[in-house]
Amino acid sequence: MAWQWFHRLGSPRWFYEKTQPWLAWLALLTLVLLVVGSTWALGFAPVEAKQGNSYRIIYIHVPASFLALAGYYIMAVSGAVGLIWKMKLPYMVMKSAAPIGAALTFVALITGSIWGKPTWGTWWEWDARITSMLLLLFLYLGIIALQQAFHSRDTADKASAILALVGTVNIPIIYKSVDWWYTLHQPATLKFIGESAIHSSMLYPLLVMIAGFYCFYALALLLYTRAEILRREHRTQWVADLVGKFAKGVQ
Amino acid sequence: MQAEQAARSNGGTFSMFWATLRRDLTLAIRHRGEMANPLVFFLIAITMVPLGISPESGVLASIAPGMIWVMALLATLLSLDGLFRSDFEDGSLEQMLISPQPLYFTVLAKILVHWLVTGLPVTLMAPLLGVMLALPQAGYFPLCISLLLGTACMSLIGAIGAALTVALRKGGLLLSLIVMPLYVPVLIFGTSAVQNAVAGVAINTQLAVLGAFLAIAIVLAPLAAAGALRIANNG
Repeated sequence: MAWQWFHRLGSPRWFYEKTQPWLAWLALLTLVLLVVGSTWALGFAPVEAKQGNSYRIIYIHVPASFLALAGYYIMAVSGAVGLIWKMKLPYMVMKSAAPIGAALTFVALITGSIWGKPTWGTWWEWDARITSMLLLLFLYLGIIALQQAFHSRDTADKASAILALVGTVNIPIIYKSVDWWYTLHQPATLKFIGESAIHSSMLYPLLVMIAGFYCFYALALLLYTRAEILRREHRTQWVADLVGKFAKGVQ
Repeated sequence: MQAEQAARSNGGTFSMFWATLRRDLTLAIRHRGEMANPLVFFLIAITMVPLGISPESGVLASIAPGMIWVMALLATLLSLDGLFRSDFEDGSLEQMLISPQPLYFTVLAKILVHWLVTGLPVTLMAPLLGVMLALPQAGYFPLCISLLLGTACMSLIGAIGAALTVALRKGGLLLSLIVMPLYVPVLIFGTSAVQNAVAGVAINTQLAVLGAFLAIAIVLAPLAAAGALRIANNG
């Protein structure tokens, strides 16, 4: 009885129907958090001593980087769940998480580059964080490419899951290696324990933006996964009924 | 004679390792010409460096450690595609998959032969390329040691990629895309070892880390590759 919720979660149809009412609330929450965060960050947070107003891009750059890394682990864990429990749904989540994570990594790199121009005078710098992010992007692209390469859906899923897991083992190693190799990027200013090195008037809008980005990621993941469910289950009766209902409603 | 030998073997855990090792070495020796390919690639690619960048020994000496390492990496990468492919195409891979012996040792033996045929010759040829790129005296021995450890790591890690893409017709480029991010730590520490040696600094850290990578790779990489082979073969 206790595990019933877990096994129900494996049913694409149950997942699809359960998440239907969540979408509106999640979208609203995301919108509120992002709008409040952005206005606070861009309009009301104080001007930074050394960088002036150009530092404000961290309010997009930092959340995007967090999510890019967290998204990889979400993808890898879904792959692992799919491999271990042999369920359909985790593979769909894994497949959906890949493009979202890749896009966020790309945003992080671009915003970091834009931040670098006024701060360091250059569009690109080979320091630890940037290089690790670039390698993370390559890992994502590898998984997306591998997904596309196989004819059999099943093989593609399992192969990508294995690659995601191998990448998971490698991410700390890659990060530490690159960090050891070059340290120009400032050390982490956001700490969970003790005083952060960043002032609270700048910290709070950043936290709001991070929360907003997490909600955005959840929303995007749900939307992509739901689309993937419809794509894969298109031959079932419930999807046919859904399409039929939609067609009738459109009329 | 061979039938008697087969009857005498007790079929233990390691028997598959030795059998695969013998088989793959025999196959490699029968295609002796193919062993030269990574070496010639290595040589030609290194020749591109002074032609494309600059022939001044000062410039070459500063980029020599990195360039030799990168070319060794590329040579390994290009030879990985054939690791499982010929067995996949003629069906012997499937036989290995359904045999009662653990797939781990079969894969380990294949990787070992791949390293003996690609990585080891590349390592042995590296000093010659060091001379061509004006590598300072202090760099030669560290270059060989780091390449010895590094090419072994790269064969092991690359085998995972080769196993994942074995069933794909045009798997070669995808293989490189998948495997290169995983090679980055090995490359970083390998190059750093040679560069530090040239600068006169101790390289114990780098060699220790490379050794650690090799240890982890020997244990885990054949497992991942074996899993990938089963999946790719069933697809």
